[in-house]
Amino acid sequence: MVKSFLISLLKKLNFNPFGRKSHVKLGLYGPPNGGKSTLANRICMDWLGEEMSSVSHIAHETREIKIKEKVSIKNKKGKELTFSLVDTPGISTKIDYEDFLKKGMKKVEAKKRAKEATKGVIDSIKWLDDMDFVVVILDATKDPYSQVNITIIGNLQARNIPVLIAANKVDLKKSSMDVIKAAFPQYNVVGISAKYGKNIEEFYDELFRLTK
Amino acid sequence: MVTFKFIPFYEIENLSSAKRVNKLLKVVKEDKIVIMEGRLRSQEEADLIEITMEEISPKFKGIELSVIYPEKSQQNTLQKVKGAFATVLLGDRQGLTIIGPASIVKKIENNPDQIELFTKDNGNRNRKKNKKR
Repeated sequence: MVKSFLISLLKKLNFNPFGRKSHVKLGLYGPPNGGKSTLANRICMDWLGEEMSSVSHIAHETREIKIKEKVSIKNKKGKELTFSLVDTPGISTKIDYEDFLKKGMKKVEAKKRAKEATKGVIDSIKWLDDMDFVVVILDATKDPYSQVNITIIGNLQARNIPVLIAANKVDLKKSSMDVIKAAFPQYNVVGISAKYGKNIEEFYDELFRLTK
Repeated sequence: MVTFKFIPFYEIENLSSAKRVNKLLKVVKEDKIVIMEGRLRSQEEADLIEITMEEISPKFKGIELSVIYPEKSQQNTLQKVKGAFATVLLGDRQGLTIIGPASIVKKIENNPDQIELFTKDNGNRNRKKNKKR
C-alpha cells in the first residue's frame, strides 16, 4: 500500500528520478476471453509483422505475462510512439478445472491449466504497478458491470495510470458500445474488432492521445 | 440451503487490509454468502482476488463478487460533500458488498440498480434470489 501510494504520488508530481523513459509499458488488461491476445497480435502484426500470443476460444489461454519490447507505431503526422507491449492473463475471481473438462480437455490437462491460470491472475495483479498506460479490453457483447471490470479500473484509477477502454468484438450483432460507454462514462471508449481490424486506426489514434 | 452472513462495517473498520480480506474469505470458505455493509478499497478488492487465487483447490473454486454503490453522478453537491466527509471520518460504509463461494453462486448480475444472484443447486442452475435497492 505504501509502495503504491509513493508511486502514485511521484506520478502526480510528474517526477521521475531516472529521467525520461525511452519507451513505456503499455498493458493489456481485462477479463478472460475479451480479446487481449487477439489485440496484441493485431498490434504486433501491423507494426512488427509477427504475432505475439496464441489465442483460443477456451478461457485462460494466456496464463503468463508476455512482453514484446520496442513496439513502434506511427500516426498520420509521422509521430512515433514506442512502447513495450504487455499482454496479461485475464483476471477473474474463480477458476474451475471442470469448465475446461466441458471444453473437451483431459482431467490432467484441465487441472494444470487451472493451476497455471490462478498464477496468471496473481501475476496480472502484481504487474499493475509496473504499467505506464493500460488498455482495458472488454467484450462488447457482455455485461460490463462485472466487479472484475470495476476492480481493474478502480485499481488503475487509484494508481493514476491512464486508461483507454477498448470495447472489442463490435463486429458481432450482440455487441453494444452504448452499454460500455454508459458503464464507464469517465473514460475514452473505442469500439474495435481486434480479430478483423475494424476501427483499428481509431484505436491507434486513441493510443497517441492516451500517452500524450 | 443457502446461508447469508451479514457483516456490519464496524466489524472490519479497524482491521488492517490483510485481516479484512482474510475475515471475508474465511466466511466464504465456510460456504456462506457474505453481505457486507460498505465496500473494500480498490486495492483490497485486488488483494481479495489475489488471495482467492492462491487458495483455489478442487474444493474451493473461487468467489463471485459484486458491489452495489450509490451512483455518484446522480448525487447533488451536498450529498457528495457529505459522503466524502463520512468516508474520511468513518470509512467507506456506503453501499453493500456481496461475496459468495463460486461453488454455490453461479453469477451475480449488477445492472447497476438491481442485483440478481443466481445459485447452483446440485449442478442445476436456479435463480435463487432477487434483490432490489
